Amino acid sequence: MNYKMMGKFIGLLLVVESVFMIPALVISLCRREHGSVMGFAVTIAILWGVGMLLRLLCRRAKKSFFAKEGLVCVGLGWLIMSLLGCLPFFLSGAIPHYVDALFEMVSGFTTTGASILEQIEGLPYGILYWRSFSHWLGGMGVLVFLLAIPTEGQGGSGFTMHLLRAESPGPNVGKLVPKMKQTAQILYVLYIVLTVLNVIFLLIGGMPLFDAVCTAFGTAGTGGFGIKADSIAGYSPYIQNVCTVFMLLFGVNFSCYYMLLLRQVKSVFKDEELRMYLGIILASVLLIVWNLRGFYDTLEETVRHAAFQVASIVTTTGYATTDFDLWPGFSKAILLFLMVIGACAGSTGGGFKCGRALLMVKNMLRSVRQLIRPQRVQVVRMNGQTVEEKVLANTNTYVAAYVIIIIASFLLISVDGFSITTNLSAVLACFNNIGPGFEAVGPTCNFASYGIFSKLVLIWDMLAGRLEIFPILILFSRTTWRQR
Amino acid sequence: MNREKGQSGIRQDDAGCETLSGGKVVNIIVAGNGKMGATLTRQLAMEGHDLTLVDSNPRVLENTQDRYDVMVIHGNCATMDVLKQAGVKEADLLIAMAGEDEINLLCCMTAHAMNPRLHTIARVRNPEYTQQIYKMRDMFGLSMAVNPERQAAIEISRLLKYPGFLKRDTFARGRVELVELKLGEQSKLCDVALNDMNSIVKCKILVCTVLRDGKAVAPDGNFVLREGDRIFVTAPSNELATLLHNLGIITHKVKRVLVCGGGRVTIYLAKQLEKSGIAIQIVEQDPKRCVDLASMLPYAEITQGDASNELLLESEGVASCDALATLTGIDELNMIISLYGSSCGVPQIITKLGRVNNKNILENLSLGSIISPRELCCNTIVRYVRAMQNQTGAAKTVYSIADGQAEAMEFLVDENTRHCGEPLKRLQLKKNVLVACITKGVQQEIPNGDSSFERGDTVIIVTNGDRVIYQLNDIFE
Repeated sequence: MNYKMMGKFIGLLLVVESVFMIPALVISLCRREHGSVMGFAVTIAILWGVGMLLRLLCRRAKKSFFAKEGLVCVGLGWLIMSLLGCLPFFLSGAIPHYVDALFEMVSGFTTTGASILEQIEGLPYGILYWRSFSHWLGGMGVLVFLLAIPTEGQGGSGFTMHLLRAESPGPNVGKLVPKMKQTAQILYVLYIVLTVLNVIFLLIGGMPLFDAVCTAFGTAGTGGFGIKADSIAGYSPYIQNVCTVFMLLFGVNFSCYYMLLLRQVKSVFKDEELRMYLGIILASVLLIVWNLRGFYDTLEETVRHAAFQVASIVTTTGYATTDFDLWPGFSKAILLFLMVIGACAGSTGGGFKCGRALLMVKNMLRSVRQLIRPQRVQVVRMNGQTVEEKVLANTNTYVAAYVIIIIASFLLISVDGFSITTNLSAVLACFNNIGPGFEAVGPTCNFASYGIFSKLVLIWDMLAGRLEIFPILILFSRTTWRQR
Repeated sequence: MNREKGQSGIRQDDAGCETLSGGKVVNIIVAGNGKMGATLTRQLAMEGHDLTLVDSNPRVLENTQDRYDVMVIHGNCATMDVLKQAGVKEADLLIAMAGEDEINLLCCMTAHAMNPRLHTIARVRNPEYTQQIYKMRDMFGLSMAVNPERQAAIEISRLLKYPGFLKRDTFARGRVELVELKLGEQSKLCDVALNDMNSIVKCKILVCTVLRDGKAVAPDGNFVLREGDRIFVTAPSNELATLLHNLGIITHKVKRVLVCGGGRVTIYLAKQLEKSGIAIQIVEQDPKRCVDLASMLPYAEITQGDASNELLLESEGVASCDALATLTGIDELNMIISLYGSSCGVPQIITKLGRVNNKNILENLSLGSIISPRELCCNTIVRYVRAMQNQTGAAKTVYSIADGQAEAMEFLVDENTRHCGEPLKRLQLKKNVLVACITKGVQQEIPNGDSSFERGDTVIIVTNGDRVIYQLNDIFE
């Protein structure tokens, strides 16, 4: 294992995190929030110090870097980033318990948006900003950001591919252009442009600048931390609709936007995953609107709420404009289904991913046909191209790991004595990086009532869900740490 | 869109070089990710170009992508669809390195039709096409056709003309040579400081690089040579005979060459040797191939049999031949036969190796000159890419020497060159950069501190491989 190379990367990661924390410090200074100024200043010093120390110690790193190193680097990087990143919450006194602060931070970085805060409105602005910004950073992936900035020692070699694969969601991770640095830069430029557009549209709707920026961060990362207790419900219908559209946009594979820029419009709309994603959204909205007849006063309101909730859940954002826990059972069932499916691969959204679900279904249908005619030779196709057996096998492994982890987590947190629906939806909401679940963890409630042990389990679930299980799972495997 | 998935890892042992800055980034498509393609990818990726690889084998592509910063496309490189995916419209250069010549030609032709601006390089190695290659270049829109085996054959025939040198590279249209010598036990140069060398060799030469224990050293005047060193020397071509004579290296003319293996290199070599009147004996195992060779090469003497069989080699007169070239397709076999030949006392041995990743382990074996068609061809293409990168002031010739640890380049001094007419001792050159030769018209000058160059001269620069010199001005501090 190449510890020095990993140390170098993680050191850089912490330095970058400290730089990103500076705006939060500035906001705290401007608002004269003494507690959070102290919290941010100390954390920045720690992050910078530890990061620089790591880089100093790991100067002479060897270049051998394998898939294993890539996975461990991403898993460990996210863990350390969260462990240190939550210090401002803790030190400023905004969240008195460290585990709670860690839960909030992990929820931020993994773009879950599940909160343990009972009161949001009273929090210092710096803290609110950092909470929302963590969504933005975690959405596209902080290691992808590292790949975008010019760093020494990557010349010509392809080991960065392992990092991209480990951090970017989806069964197939590829580059847009030959160079990794430019690929990462394109992704981030698209991300920044879309976020700025979102802020502008929100400002047009009369949202205050701070609210608009924080809401846009939450939307872009498909995170879902609101800066109001009632999430987006208190804003005008226009703002809600803007959020709906942008949530859906951020749930699309970013390579589609790149293709659009290259004017390959046809191939974008022929993309099977995108079609499935749009189809699911349309069908869900129609079904929920039909199911909610008479629930709201006007049709416009029904459609608006249905579309918002569907967009929020399918992209795993977790904003809410209404308490969908009060909706009839069928609508809730659809939302539960959307929770599991999630957004497209290569987007900032979480969940199982449409593309992977499509592969799984196709593979299952093939197996069924195989049972009927065992001699038949078939391949699974996606976008007209044969999918390799290895990708299918990986998908199946992923499904197995996904189910096992959900069941195990569900059992573990059931100790706290909540209802089955609460526990199951809490696990699903955390693992798929959504945020709110049903009943006691519904959109108007929070996760504060769970015990420390359950919170740790959910923290683990959130990280595993964001990084697609294996980078986190590998940290707990003995073979990983054995010398070779 | 490229879609690849995999968790496998490959050692990054050869990715130690940092990205080399300077010059324009060339957008290159490499069609065919075979052994040749891999050698090229390594070199070009390290120089910081945008590389897209096309191959029909997804496993190979995946390994390459894990190893180098490149994009990979899976598919047949001669189809328009795949070429479009690979970004042929934005590309500057297409290098077709697929297994079959016909696919390479079709690939270049198709790509050129899709993007007329595109430069194309195709590997064409079937001897039957050699005659028509210039016509084919126009017909298929090729910028360059490369033939590694033919290049290797030409290199071997050049070596056979001056036995005693391990390697010969020429500059200034053949007027200046950079030769490699190995200092044997009885060499007159052992334990001699470079300053005192002139009294022995009695001709104007310059030692540019010494390869000692696998490491390239840039020597100064006080450097003392040792047994086992490999030295790289620049000298005017007409001085080579004097050099060999004064070093006490016996240079009897090569009259009879024994060649093991009847592959493409052998065919090209036989044709070259025919011109210089050197007799060639070929040992080939495959009876059918022997008949083909016999009909193709009436001049050569062909024996059917296993070249690893010592009895057979003995009956072919290995002990009395002037040179032995092992050119079979199996590296290990070539090495074994060469070792056997050197134990028989063959004066000159040439070993063809396909894979030369680790030359310093081969160092201590007496394999004679090592020829790698792949490396020769890769050098040619890298040279072409560098010229594209920098249209003005690009190196006219580039050779990689000392197992790739150093490079020798030839530049033309033009109006943009700084420090014209100033003596070298007053110039601040970068570390490890050496001016090895200055050619003024037909006159070659091995420079000393008082030498200077003027506009219109060509200079040969030797530098260690850490940095790339794109134009002459890059050598100044």
